[in-house]
Amino acid sequence: MATTVHEPPKIDPAPLQPSLGGNGGGGVNLPLARDGELRELMERPPEPVRTGIWVGLAAITMMFAAFTSALIVRQGSAVDWEHLALPRILYLNTAILLLSSLTLESARRKVASFVRGQGATRGQAMQVLASTLGLGLVFVAGQYVAWLQLRSKGLYIATNPNSSFFYVLTAVHAIHVLGGLGGLLLVTRRFARTVPTLRKSTLDAAAYYWHFMGILWVYLMFVLWLKL
Amino acid sequence: MGKIFAVTLALIAILSAVPIVMNYWGPPEDISTHGHAIDEQMKDTMYEAGFSFLAAQFILGLFIWQYTGRKTGDKLKTFPGGAKGLVIAALVLVGTEILALGVIGQKAWASVYFAAPDKDAMTIQSQAGQFAFYFRYAGPDGKFGGMHPDKIDEGNQNFFGLDPENDVDARDDVISGELGVPVNRQVNLLLHSKDVGHSFYVRELRIQQDYVPGLDLAVHFTATKPGRYEIVCTQLCGLGHYNMKAYLNVMSQEDFDKWLKEKSGQ
Amino acid sequence: MSDAAAAVQHHGPPQGFLRKYVFSLDHKVIGKQYYGLALVAVFTGMFLSWLMRFHLVWPNAAIPGLQWLSRVGAPGGVMTPEYYLSLLTMHGTLMVFFVLTNAPFAAFGNYFLPIQIGAEDMAFPRFNMMSFWTTFAAFLALMTAFFIPDGPPISGWTAYAPLSAVGPDAGPGLGWGQNCWAISIALFCVASLLGSLNFIATTLDLRAKGMTLMRMPICTWAWFITSCIALLAFAVLLPACLLLILDRIAGTSFFIPAGLVVSDRLQPHAGGSPLLWQHLFWFFGHPEVYIAILPAMGIVSHILINSMRKPLLSHKVVIGSMLSIGFLSYMVWGHHMFLSGMNPFSALVFSFPTLIITIPATVLTLIWLGSLYGSNLQITTASLFSLGFISMFVSGGVSGFFLAQPSIDIYLHATYFVVGHFHLVMGVAAIFGIFAGTYFWFPKMTGRMMNETLGKIHFWFTFVGAYCIFMPFHYLGLAGNVRRYSSFVDDFMAPLMPVHKFITIAALFTGAVQLVFLFNLIYSRFKGAPAPDNPWNATSLEWTIPSPPPWDNFGGKHPVVYHDPYQYGVEGASADFIMQTSPEKLPEKS
Repeated sequence: MATTVHEPPKIDPAPLQPSLGGNGGGGVNLPLARDGELRELMERPPEPVRTGIWVGLAAITMMFAAFTSALIVRQGSAVDWEHLALPRILYLNTAILLLSSLTLESARRKVASFVRGQGATRGQAMQVLASTLGLGLVFVAGQYVAWLQLRSKGLYIATNPNSSFFYVLTAVHAIHVLGGLGGLLLVTRRFARTVPTLRKSTLDAAAYYWHFMGILWVYLMFVLWLKL
Repeated sequence: MGKIFAVTLALIAILSAVPIVMNYWGPPEDISTHGHAIDEQMKDTMYEAGFSFLAAQFILGLFIWQYTGRKTGDKLKTFPGGAKGLVIAALVLVGTEILALGVIGQKAWASVYFAAPDKDAMTIQSQAGQFAFYFRYAGPDGKFGGMHPDKIDEGNQNFFGLDPENDVDARDDVISGELGVPVNRQVNLLLHSKDVGHSFYVRELRIQQDYVPGLDLAVHFTATKPGRYEIVCTQLCGLGHYNMKAYLNVMSQEDFDKWLKEKSGQ
Repeated sequence: MSDAAAAVQHHGPPQGFLRKYVFSLDHKVIGKQYYGLALVAVFTGMFLSWLMRFHLVWPNAAIPGLQWLSRVGAPGGVMTPEYYLSLLTMHGTLMVFFVLTNAPFAAFGNYFLPIQIGAEDMAFPRFNMMSFWTTFAAFLALMTAFFIPDGPPISGWTAYAPLSAVGPDAGPGLGWGQNCWAISIALFCVASLLGSLNFIATTLDLRAKGMTLMRMPICTWAWFITSCIALLAFAVLLPACLLLILDRIAGTSFFIPAGLVVSDRLQPHAGGSPLLWQHLFWFFGHPEVYIAILPAMGIVSHILINSMRKPLLSHKVVIGSMLSIGFLSYMVWGHHMFLSGMNPFSALVFSFPTLIITIPATVLTLIWLGSLYGSNLQITTASLFSLGFISMFVSGGVSGFFLAQPSIDIYLHATYFVVGHFHLVMGVAAIFGIFAGTYFWFPKMTGRMMNETLGKIHFWFTFVGAYCIFMPFHYLGLAGNVRRYSSFVDDFMAPLMPVHKFITIAALFTGAVQLVFLFNLIYSRFKGAPAPDNPWNATSLEWTIPSPPPWDNFGGKHPVVYHDPYQYGVEGASADFIMQTSPEKLPEKS
């Protein structure tokens, strides 16, 4: 093959600017503030985590779609489909999870307000963040109580298809909620540092994920109530 | 190197086609009433696929031959018609092929799966288990006895889990390890799996159908030529899968009656 | 590159051995790790196929040393029928997951996608590292099955329930062997989901200035489309594996119906649906075929353009075809199940999109052929493998016409025809893509050239050998030879034994030739001629940086892209190619 060309010919690029043709995501790669100063970081254009979170949520949606269709097919082939009285505590858990979404929204506002210096203190923001975390933990504990209640009625994972699906769907959801709690913990830790290293995109992603967990749970409650 | 490539390609293409054109190892003669439609369909597809295969390999070879090692001064050329022409060609050529094969040719499938079995079709039940086929004829009463999986006992030859003591229908059921059928009479074969997935495949009959555990299926066929044909399992069912087989015995009506009587006497 | 801005790295330069070579965050190291894993998997899988082919034609001959692999499975070196099936399962699983998914997609994608779009790393380097190590854990979990007393599972790579679900009663390897398999695949799903997420976010967000979507090279597009497919496909296989594991260890009945008597034991299950497993599996399984082949298509296009010294007839049509293949791949899974007892009407419904998918595939083939016309073709090992890919893709593709029609599938389903079809179109073709990519990008990845003579020897024997192995499979299938048999005891298969012998000898020979490749790979890594930055006079961004690239790819600069990816043979330009980062103005078209 021919000789190597290491450097493209040097030609003044100035008149070429119009031919750049859009900037496909260009500019995103621009430098970020080095000192981790929150105010500056929060003003930055889209970061991968903003795309990534939606991609991740798409995968989770697909996964639960697969579970749902499995449930429908399994119900179609079943002679052993016995309706299952949902443990009452699930309704309480639903309320708690939805409430945690509200506190998280309030937390986002407080964080923004603190960062922009519009009144909120860091302590106030931390308080709502912590209460979101707490409510999330209470939700998972509540799910655990629901499982205990089913067990006490003699309904184990292998008892019938309804109980199988109940445990599988709630457990997979709970694992995802724990993942969300991990995300919120990370957000809280970054916000709590003396010089906060929290980026708005991270906070937003954690919040979207958390709200999605709530929506997913409402959907699952509907499926459980309708089908099981 | 480009020329060697072109020649190799042409040789491979021609040599690949030889066994098919000469029909060294083609399908065996069809002995069913529906099979000719499948064979026709296969032949048409073979023409179209064979043509596409040879044409593509030859053109690939030709272009490689022609455009390798050109002098640097030679001008690059663009394919006449460009991408648009090729897209249209693909749409028209493949589109017609799809219409011809996919739509018109579905008759063969329909003749196997959409037509209901005749009223006077003989119903035979078959059960596949690791690693044997068993066949059950309803006997003079024309009724199959119920199956009770808990009663299956291979040691005592109770392959189907019948309960003749309590079940009148089951008493005259005839069980055989060979599928005997009368020639030119439609057979409606019920497929039941004892344990895992299996499949019923007779090449000459042009019939293949899975046994699905928990789901009893039926497939119907008419054999037109007396003889013994191999039934093999084509769904991976465990360690003895390769050895799971039985025979299809197509007989004249008299021979079949005699055969069935012998079997019931056992 | 005057307006290239100074970059701020995602992560600093790697410190220490572990961070540099083991738990590296660098996409290039991770790409190489994936490649290495795929290399181990492909040679293991090939070795297993040797053993299987040997057993098929000499079933009673002892293979010296095989008893050390499994005393139960191969007493005295003679393989048992069940051990044949164990090896079959492992061959399929290794090849489909750890080779065809890992090498063209995860390995090359990881290494070159960020570079080709002008990014300094993946969007989420930590996820990237996790995704490799999860894949590695999946590999270990799978290999563990070899060390379980009754060996790996015998249920095939598709693990059809209830054979795979009822447990050890159904046969050897279906106890812990099958558990290892299911755990391995579940882990693999998690890893692939993380990987795809990373690919998508990287492609959408980290492109350099001027790198519009349509300016991305075709292989970047292929990796991007593949990651979209993988994201949705593996998200379905994961729940399927979870349910399978529960059926196996928790006693649930998702896939196991009532009344099964396995090994004289009535199974304590009720109401499950074996077809459910098949639907979930093939909903993943068919897109998986495109996960294997699309990156190969992209790599081959990328290399061919370079070797032809002219762009493909249409960049947009190629990308559009790949997109429509990706889209259609979700509507065709039922063609694996024509005879599985699903509603016969749905067979027709699935047959139609399956036939339709041949349209974009034909368009791609015609574009490759049409672009060859009037080109200035340079023969290198990489371009030989790319041209070989086209030939293989066509050969494997035309047999798809038969299998897409349910009526013909009645005769050909589960015969060697199917084996020939998928080995050519997704096995050999994709592997040719991997080989092409290796010969093409090796200089960039290691800073040394591969030996072209050895490469060409490798190509010729592999090309002819692959045809000798896989073409006769079609003849066997037309004769009705059933697949997945450990020996051929049926009368009608006896006359086919000479064909089997021919295939086995070709397979042993072609497999041995791969050692030439391995030697070339290792030899060139240490002793190869030093590679210049742009040995092939190529245009895309990976050739603007040193070989091998520094840890931050562009040395702390941000490249700026001025051109479409393939400016070859532009009339009136300063050279026969213009690099994407070159500010040279294109001559006006008259």
